[in-house]
Amino acid sequence: MSREPSPAFQPQSQSARRTAQTAPASGESAPGFRSYYGQPIIKEPIWKPEVPVYFFCGGLAGASASLALAARLAGNARLARHATFAGMAGIGVSPILLILDLGKPARFYHMLRVVKLTSPMSVGTWILSGTGAALTLAAGCEALGILPSVKLAAQAVAGLLGLPLSTYTAALLADTAVPIWHDARRELPFVFAGSAAASAGAVAMLTTSPEEAGPARRMAVAGAVLELAAVRAMERRLGELVGEPYRQGVAGRFSRVARACTAAGATVVAVAGRKRAGAIVGGVLLLGGSFLERWAVFKAGQQSARDPKYTVIPQRARAQRDGTSVTTLPAIT
Amino acid sequence: MTTDLPGSKPAAWPESYGAEAKPRVGFFTDTTLCIGCKACEVACKEWNLVPEDGFVWTGHSYDNTGALSANSWRHVAFIEQQKPLRVDRDTLGVGGEDPAGLRWLMSSDVCKHCTHAACLDVCPTGALFRTEFGTVVVQQDVCNGCGYCVPACPFGVIDRRMIEDAPGDGAAQKCTLCYDRTKGGLEPACAKACPTNSIQFGELGDLRAHARQRLATVQASGFADAQLYGADPTDGVGGFGAFFLLLDDPEVYGLPPDPVVTTRDLPAIWGSALAAAGALAITIGLAFAKQRR
Repeated sequence: MSREPSPAFQPQSQSARRTAQTAPASGESAPGFRSYYGQPIIKEPIWKPEVPVYFFCGGLAGASASLALAARLAGNARLARHATFAGMAGIGVSPILLILDLGKPARFYHMLRVVKLTSPMSVGTWILSGTGAALTLAAGCEALGILPSVKLAAQAVAGLLGLPLSTYTAALLADTAVPIWHDARRELPFVFAGSAAASAGAVAMLTTSPEEAGPARRMAVAGAVLELAAVRAMERRLGELVGEPYRQGVAGRFSRVARACTAAGATVVAVAGRKRAGAIVGGVLLLGGSFLERWAVFKAGQQSARDPKYTVIPQRARAQRDGTSVTTLPAIT
Repeated sequence: MTTDLPGSKPAAWPESYGAEAKPRVGFFTDTTLCIGCKACEVACKEWNLVPEDGFVWTGHSYDNTGALSANSWRHVAFIEQQKPLRVDRDTLGVGGEDPAGLRWLMSSDVCKHCTHAACLDVCPTGALFRTEFGTVVVQQDVCNGCGYCVPACPFGVIDRRMIEDAPGDGAAQKCTLCYDRTKGGLEPACAKACPTNSIQFGELGDLRAHARQRLATVQASGFADAQLYGADPTDGVGGFGAFFLLLDDPEVYGLPPDPVVTTRDLPAIWGSALAAAGALAITIGLAFAKQRR
């Protein structure tokens, strides 16, 4: 992990400098860039662990609400009931996690005075509020066994809003200057969608008898496949340099374990999910994989922000390729 | 008179202010004049009641501030470079060549008050807003400390203050371009205190025109690497409200070489979030479709 001393600090001739700038960006063995004492350019995200935990809980709640709606429409009342309660649990803790993360928790409602399409956090606040209200109503009716038509309507609202609830969090991360998040803007929402489906399917499978949990099993396996495929596509898009944190340090470790858990969980569910023991083992593995994947994404963002090379090398290359630099280069005669 | 700037302009400014709109103001920080006295850092702290930022030795030349943060709204960077020096005998009477000379670069960094400001775009409470001067300011009584602006800024400027019982604890903090002083017709505290006029305050259009002339002068004196940073309204943030004349590449000063406002890619971001939500719906739908067969 050792880095060269700050290139800005080293004696460099003009020609040596130009060579260093155009050197291939092949990871940390090649300095290939200059910096201010190796210090970060952008600020590391200051979010606490509550935020990635919310990504997991929110995704679980959103996909569970959608699963509950589908199960209701398909006439699978038991599965619908369990998925509704799972969604309720997920959405119940979500606002608490988010408010705990605020610097001024007493002012959480300030987000409810504004609607801003340029802020995924603003849009997400409304999606979360809407899903939460609808899901609470649906779960209340379900628990008390009252007002079936109100329950169905609430279920429908929660089920539809649950879909973007599972993916907007990826848009939130992508809409930052953190290279490993911003550059993954096309794939990251699919990673989160797959991860949410896998976790919601797993919880429904764990809480419902195997005979009635068929759709939950298929959803869990399909979600895991989507998650793993999207992760692959994301890493291909990010490339060797920007995607490096997914292979290094804490993010790298979590990333490897997450993918192993997800792949193993999907296999166990596909092979032995009809048996109670298989459902339990596979379900727990899938839940672990889904949670650890969010954690890996969170840690990767911190690592990506911490090292200036992920910001400087791609920007310097872009500036030289397109001539879009913010600097007005001198005309040397 | 408020829209005489060529190129891009901030969203909804100045039209949303109507008759109250003022000409867009900013800073031109001419680093060739900076002597590293840090009067700007001190003046900023004094005027804006910015708390201390820790007393540490960084070991990085004379820079013990480190970086812009919630508690440092001006930051003077010090870079020691070994570079061949030549002093012209004709003008100074003394001089000659020093093949291993020491070149000392100093630069006072500050919030860029971007034309397209990511911090303002992503703020979910509306605490960050565009003033009538075209600058970007955090309303301290509105910010709830969600922290979204912090990783959104492509320059790593804005940060959340976490000092118990200090004013502004838990809220996002950054340079206001001395909004109170500009409202009163005064120049910001840092520019006022700068003894060499390295920090110049004024209407942005005037500053850009002056900076171009200054760049030509500096280049003609033999500084081939001299460059304007942030004076181009077609760049990734639509031009900076606070821009610089640098003697080396931006990354040497800890500045990004080609910053882009993250919300420029918002259509793609929302598009893929919606597509992924659709993929989730299909995944669930297929899980049930198979059951019916």
